[in-house]
Amino acid sequence: MTLAAAITGVGMSDIGRKTNRPAMLHLAEAARRALDCAGLSRDDIDGISTYPGKADNSPGMSPLGTGEVRGALGLKTRWHSAVPDGPSQMAPIQVAAMAVATGQARHILCFRALTESSSQTATRRASIPGAGRARLGGWYSYLVPAHAMSASNWAGWMAQRYFHEFGMTREHLGLVATGQRAFAQQNPSAVMRTPLTMEEYLGARMISSPLGLFDCDVPIDGACVVIVSAADAAKDCARSPLSIEAMGAALGSQETWDQRSDLTTMGAHDSAADMWKRTDLKPADVDVLGLYDGFSIFVPLWLEAMGFCGHGEAKDFIAEGNIGPGGRFPVNTGGGQLSGGRLHGFGLLHEVCTQLWGQAGARQVDGASVGACGMGGGFIAGSMLLRRD
Amino acid sequence: MRPLPELTAENTAFWTGGAEGTLMIAFCSDCAHAIHPPQLVCPTCWSEGVEFRSVPGTGTVYTYTVNHQSWMPDMPVPFALAVVELDGAPGVRVTAEVVNADPESVAIGQKMKVGFLNIDDVWFPQWEPAQ
Ligand SMILES: [Zn+2]
Repeated sequence: MTLAAAITGVGMSDIGRKTNRPAMLHLAEAARRALDCAGLSRDDIDGISTYPGKADNSPGMSPLGTGEVRGALGLKTRWHSAVPDGPSQMAPIQVAAMAVATGQARHILCFRALTESSSQTATRRASIPGAGRARLGGWYSYLVPAHAMSASNWAGWMAQRYFHEFGMTREHLGLVATGQRAFAQQNPSAVMRTPLTMEEYLGARMISSPLGLFDCDVPIDGACVVIVSAADAAKDCARSPLSIEAMGAALGSQETWDQRSDLTTMGAHDSAADMWKRTDLKPADVDVLGLYDGFSIFVPLWLEAMGFCGHGEAKDFIAEGNIGPGGRFPVNTGGGQLSGGRLHGFGLLHEVCTQLWGQAGARQVDGASVGACGMGGGFIAGSMLLRRD
Repeated sequence: MRPLPELTAENTAFWTGGAEGTLMIAFCSDCAHAIHPPQLVCPTCWSEGVEFRSVPGTGTVYTYTVNHQSWMPDMPVPFALAVVELDGAPGVRVTAEVVNADPESVAIGQKMKVGFLNIDDVWFPQWEPAQ
């Protein structure tokens, strides 16, 4: 059931905190690295795709649109798109896959650039929607005026309900955070590489209960590029193409964080279920996972959404050591966003691809050939299964 | 300063009901579906006969969080944020700023009642323990 589309290259800029480096320089660096990875040249790129497009709804959230990047990199494209309302930060990759599969383009440069670390100030913090605006509209307007301003509040609701229903504790989430830190220590590109003990995790200040400092991902400056190529064009690239085996974009609930009837599930559950309908592969076939970890609680929810364990079973699945270094289903092996920095899902996919190409160095998962990636939290969700043949 | 909602055709009744001391929720006049956030069209039957009705202004905590991080200058912390299931509006939840209670005392299943904070043209619902 594989789509006639593959990932042929990935590239990430030197990400960091307070780099004070313009977004375009991060983007150009990521693009150069992605082309090198794929063995392509600038003139091979004939499409461009991003999420969400140039936007300033929170500081440094999306400083670059397709127009500026086309201009700066001198791209002549047959197809371009920015998708603010699609299946998560994965939307530009999913639409690129459909575009190459239908002959709209051959090699599409998909990008995500953020300068959330450099852009935030005392009055305009990263990821606080509508900060500084006179009046709010849309779903934000039912949450933010109540001072439910941060996604940590919305994720905190989900975590609290999940704890209540299934007996999860902070120690379970601590295993996610400390496990990913252990991976990050093996990743020279990760922004947080000092060891993190459970004691330090539990002792850190609370942000929005039950989520503490180390349950929250790290705002960074950086860019990531993923090149999506038509299946026939992918054969000409430098590496084995990573075929897009299946993807899912389903959403069965309203587009806001407080109305889904069961807040121990997310849009992830809808999109992942739809993904599995399009493939003969099963969770047991997966070697490496990239699961959205804007907050640690999303990892157990994505594990359940993707069917790696049943509803309510993720705490035991995690405690049994399945997802950390040496586990059967290693998750976010580059450190994820919790320790690697928030590249809004693109970094997680970059890591899955790096693993499938056997380029992950000390943290390499032996023989990884099938990867699963889930991006987004709350109602925002996109799922993808990749296969190296 | 508290960010405020923009008042629109969809939501004005919700944000101003507090002037009369009542919580107003949108209902479909054809199929009785309770609609939140309020919309101009019923998502169940596509009727445009959406009307606001007062509901008791009580409900039950479905989940909550205690926020400890000050997201704006001079934002006092900690405070509790609940998601409250409304009485009299099946399936509807509201995001609830909890006042007049120890934030750490908020619990799932707790009964809450609404009050209103008037700022400019908005009567902002706030929630406190019912007992
Ligand atoms: Zn109706």
